[in-house]
Amino acid sequence: MNSIAEKVKEKFGSKTIKYLRKNAKRHYFDVDAANIVELVKILFHGMEMRFITATGIHLREGFEILYHFSNDKTGEVISLRVLINEKVNPEIDSITPLFIGAEWIEREMWEMLGINFRNHPNLKKLLLADDWPDGNYPLRQGKQ
Amino acid sequence: MTEHKKQTIIPIGPYHPLQEEPEFFKLYVEGEKVHKLDIELGYNHRGIEKISESKHFDQVAFAVERICGICSTSHPFAYVNAVEDLAGIGVNDRIKYIRSIIGEMERLHSHLLWLGLAGHFIGYNTVWMWVWKYREPLLDLFEFITGNRQHYAMFKIGGVRLDIANNDIPRIRKMCDDLIPAIDLFRGAVMDDPVIQSRAKGIGTLTKKEAIDYCAVGPIARASGIDIDIRRDNPYAAYGMVEWKVITRHSGDVFDKIVVRILEMYESIKIIKGCLKGLEKEPEGNIDLKIKNIPAGEGIGRHEAPRGEVFHYVRSDGSNRPVRHKIRAPSFMNVATNQITTTRGTVSDAAITLGAVDPCYCCTERCVVIDKKTNKKILSGKDLIRLCQEKTREISGKLNKKIE
Repeated sequence: MNSIAEKVKEKFGSKTIKYLRKNAKRHYFDVDAANIVELVKILFHGMEMRFITATGIHLREGFEILYHFSNDKTGEVISLRVLINEKVNPEIDSITPLFIGAEWIEREMWEMLGINFRNHPNLKKLLLADDWPDGNYPLRQGKQ
Repeated sequence: MTEHKKQTIIPIGPYHPLQEEPEFFKLYVEGEKVHKLDIELGYNHRGIEKISESKHFDQVAFAVERICGICSTSHPFAYVNAVEDLAGIGVNDRIKYIRSIIGEMERLHSHLLWLGLAGHFIGYNTVWMWVWKYREPLLDLFEFITGNRQHYAMFKIGGVRLDIANNDIPRIRKMCDDLIPAIDLFRGAVMDDPVIQSRAKGIGTLTKKEAIDYCAVGPIARASGIDIDIRRDNPYAAYGMVEWKVITRHSGDVFDKIVVRILEMYESIKIIKGCLKGLEKEPEGNIDLKIKNIPAGEGIGRHEAPRGEVFHYVRSDGSNRPVRHKIRAPSFMNVATNQITTTRGTVSDAAITLGAVDPCYCCTERCVVIDKKTNKKILSGKDLIRLCQEKTREISGKLNKKIE
């Protein structure tokens, strides 16, 4: 069977900034944060992939989010990588309106890394206590 | 006088000795009917992702083992898969077989534990005691192989920590053979029992479409007709080297979730036996590749835990510690499905519906019924279990009459 990554490349067209094939089952696509909702829609609704989770990472230049999708028919993992070039108040569109499965992980990234998800229907604390101080994000690197 | 429609909140949780981990469910009910469920997490948040950034790669395997006490091998399994994916390490067959044996023995004991608790929730304590009796030899075997009944500490990057001597293989095989009649017994007792059928069939249903929308995994997804299993879809360890099949059902109710788990136990035994056969042919002692350095890069590891897919993402900058370690446990996706499944039933079904996901959050000591407008009264966790068990008795009585 042909790799699903080829099909993803074809559907994304020019929206792929960079493609990395780690091995036969692991593919990484660097994409623009502005296109994320559209591209996730292609993977989840168009290609019937399962959303696994998303990983938020605090970097020197801003914040990186990896959206991991599983194509269970071939056992491949497609990860979309976006970089938010903003050091203090990062923002990105929420993918929760597309499917409910992304609700919790976006809430987690919001409280742990301070990334704001626009259009999220229920952005409130998930794991941290209600009296956790505002503006204190446990997974951000460095001194706060 | 106008009659107010009273909406009542029944909190279930956060703490109870029977729960695997604390969690807080608020049931919004009108009379018996559940309307809405609010889930509050975080009572057990220990910041393991952050702790992981301060441990070196070898220590992380021990740290992630502490995430869950019941499926304690799932996280190290997914973690070593992730690091081996990162560094491009391929392990030998003996290591693969031992890993799969440990993984499947864990699935057996986890499913047995769950089945016992499920029996308890619906008032069938006989099932509970029975099942746990047969779970005990498994734990003894774990102690025999790994030295521990829980937290086996068997996994390391590029190997396993302890070998299974070829002399010990007959004992493991005998345990598998002894377990089959016990599972036959449960299958007969649970699947053919009219009371369990009426307590579980059509209760807490999750349709295929909803399971996809919630991105459900593991037995929850498979009971709703989604044919996924990481062991088959993205084979790792020895799962691609032995014969077995994925169990699926279609209705998505509590009964199918029970059936999937019971039938999966037969498959686990098949896998263990297949692995033992392979293990015999491999030379003893070849269990560690002695990996010293982890290069810079990123890796993704997955493992089909008893509750579903465990996902680990590890990023390294070439130092001896991960710079980011993302962990996603299956319950993170599956617990959210309770928002749908509980609202299809009554309070007395909530215990088994919440329990069917597998984390057994069902009964609690802190259970307060508060009427929003008028009075306040208290309903204890015991009352909730009593309600659930009374329903079983009531149905059981009706069924017996019919038979007479």
